[in-house]
Amino acid sequence: MPPIIDRNKCVGCGTCVDICNSNIFVFDRSVDTVPRVKFPDECWHCDSCVIDCPKGAVTLRIPLAYMLLHVDADTLKPREAK
Amino acid sequence: MLKFNDPISTDVLIVGGGIGGLCAAIASARAGASTLVAEKADTRRSGSGATGNDHFTCYYPKAHGENVDVILKELLNSLLGPWHDAKLSRRFLLESIHMVDRWHEWGINMKPFGDDYEFMGHAFPGRPRIFLKYDGHNQKQVLTRQAKKEGVKILNHHPVIDLVKADGEIAGALTLDVTGDVPSFTLIRAKKVILSTGTANRLYPAAGSPGWPFNTAFCPSCAGAAQAQAWRIGAKMVNMELPNRHAGPKFFARAGKSTWIGVYKYPDGKLLGPFVDKATRYVGDITCDVWNSAYTDVLLNGSGPAYIDCTKTGPEDLAFMKEGMISEGLTALVDYMERTGLDVSRHAVEFMQYEPHLIGRGLEIDIDGQTSVPGLYAAGDMVGNFRADIAGAAVYGWIAGGHAGTAASSCGFKDVEHSPWVEERAALYSSLFERDHGAAWKEANLALQQIMDSYAAAGPHRLRSATLLTAGLKYMADLRKNALSEIAVPDAHSLMRAIETLDLMDNGEIIMHAALERKETRGMHMRSDYTFTNPLLADKFLNVWQEDGRVCKQWRQRWN
Repeated sequence: MPPIIDRNKCVGCGTCVDICNSNIFVFDRSVDTVPRVKFPDECWHCDSCVIDCPKGAVTLRIPLAYMLLHVDADTLKPREAK
Repeated sequence: MLKFNDPISTDVLIVGGGIGGLCAAIASARAGASTLVAEKADTRRSGSGATGNDHFTCYYPKAHGENVDVILKELLNSLLGPWHDAKLSRRFLLESIHMVDRWHEWGINMKPFGDDYEFMGHAFPGRPRIFLKYDGHNQKQVLTRQAKKEGVKILNHHPVIDLVKADGEIAGALTLDVTGDVPSFTLIRAKKVILSTGTANRLYPAAGSPGWPFNTAFCPSCAGAAQAQAWRIGAKMVNMELPNRHAGPKFFARAGKSTWIGVYKYPDGKLLGPFVDKATRYVGDITCDVWNSAYTDVLLNGSGPAYIDCTKTGPEDLAFMKEGMISEGLTALVDYMERTGLDVSRHAVEFMQYEPHLIGRGLEIDIDGQTSVPGLYAAGDMVGNFRADIAGAAVYGWIAGGHAGTAASSCGFKDVEHSPWVEERAALYSSLFERDHGAAWKEANLALQQIMDSYAAAGPHRLRSATLLTAGLKYMADLRKNALSEIAVPDAHSLMRAIETLDLMDNGEIIMHAALERKETRGMHMRSDYTFTNPLLADKFLNVWQEDGRVCKQWRQRWN
């Protein structure tokens, strides 16, 4: 579930934890060197953590239910002409 | 009882560090008041303007001429209209360009296309354009930086959960400290309080993906806190019964429809709206702004789906559109489209009408941004008698902040520490944390959405009636009772969400009380028992508020 933190890139600065629009991360440095996404289904997918991560360690996975519906635009024509 | 931290005193307390809250804070500090922003998340990325915006409603005499009423007419006909007290909208318009100048000076690029301001998008063909196109990708960082520079203090991760009144006036607020796993309370004494909590989302099931309450076009952590908390201390609400629905891509709910440059089409290629057959950066297809019920119509009558087709948009305008999406804060959408091979020069994207939410519905304010509770102000999307989204929040935040900051110098603090109200609310919230087992807050939120969808539905095609709304109020009261006796939260974060859910129940009840009183059909407030739109109510607004535990309702003339 979104967001996903690349453990090899994360330096544990905690920026994503601080700035998250929905407060979905927790970070207990005594437990792990990388923040944990504790409330993944409350992500708004605003992209703040992706944009602000100084190491480019965060990516967003968009849930299947959010699929962006689209068609080839050239199919938008009268039925008989398709 | 959860722990109380040491109380804090400030001349002016700002509730919510979004666009309105930060602009209010800067104006308040400039007026000489000690100013504190209590923010649920972090002001650098909180609220619906978190990662950007690209349109700012503005009256610029140099471009628009000397008659502000020409621009006022466009405002009332835009997606922002028509439920305004025009007196407020006129003041907003007259002060708007000065706010634009300030933003530009502070570091938000309001002139991305050259030496002067440009007006593009959200426009009807052949009519004045009132939306200044800007690059707001860094707006929250810039406003946060500027606020700190002006001496504003910011308390992040401290949502305000109740307001405190003393001797009939505002006296402060109770905040919840959610910085750690275990929540605690911090009481804030303030001479003046400015509410700026944004839109109210998560009230109705997400229209595209009902099981996903956070798939919302606007920030899902904005949950009607201002309306609920002010309602509980007797502030007047206005226009709560008039539903608003946004529209945009399906199923990934996102605002920014006017950033897309294309035309809306039926599957047979015919145009959906009557406005343009080719879109440009200056005039896109405004159908989505002013006739977004069409997206629901085409599903229910079988003639849909409806798509946005950008393939006839020139390559330069398509590149411009992508830049606009970044300015608007839609990078997640842009990245997703790139990753999945969705190419707007080839593909048409389906659009939909989203679920009802509150924007431009809520607190009644006067010309200076003050509510009916003395010393309590409101600015931004939760104001009910004026609406101009980002620009409205910025300009009316500035107005309210300046007024509150000046007024604070001539009054003292009131006692909030011995308030029985604070004691009662703190005990109630603590009980949810102290309960070992029980219902998750999300169960209550989904139950609330079910009730709103069944008994306070919004049009098109869904009707309200006295019997439905009365049943809805009964069921909401039942839900509240069950929720209060059953919700158990394991941590500070979940307690914050549970309190949001309780706030949303207040919002739902206000909507239903007001909807019962509006005995007519108007816009998407459609009554099966009053199908007629009553011209006698066209220039009137409906106030609802609480007094001694009783719900009061009163019609008033609009302020022109």
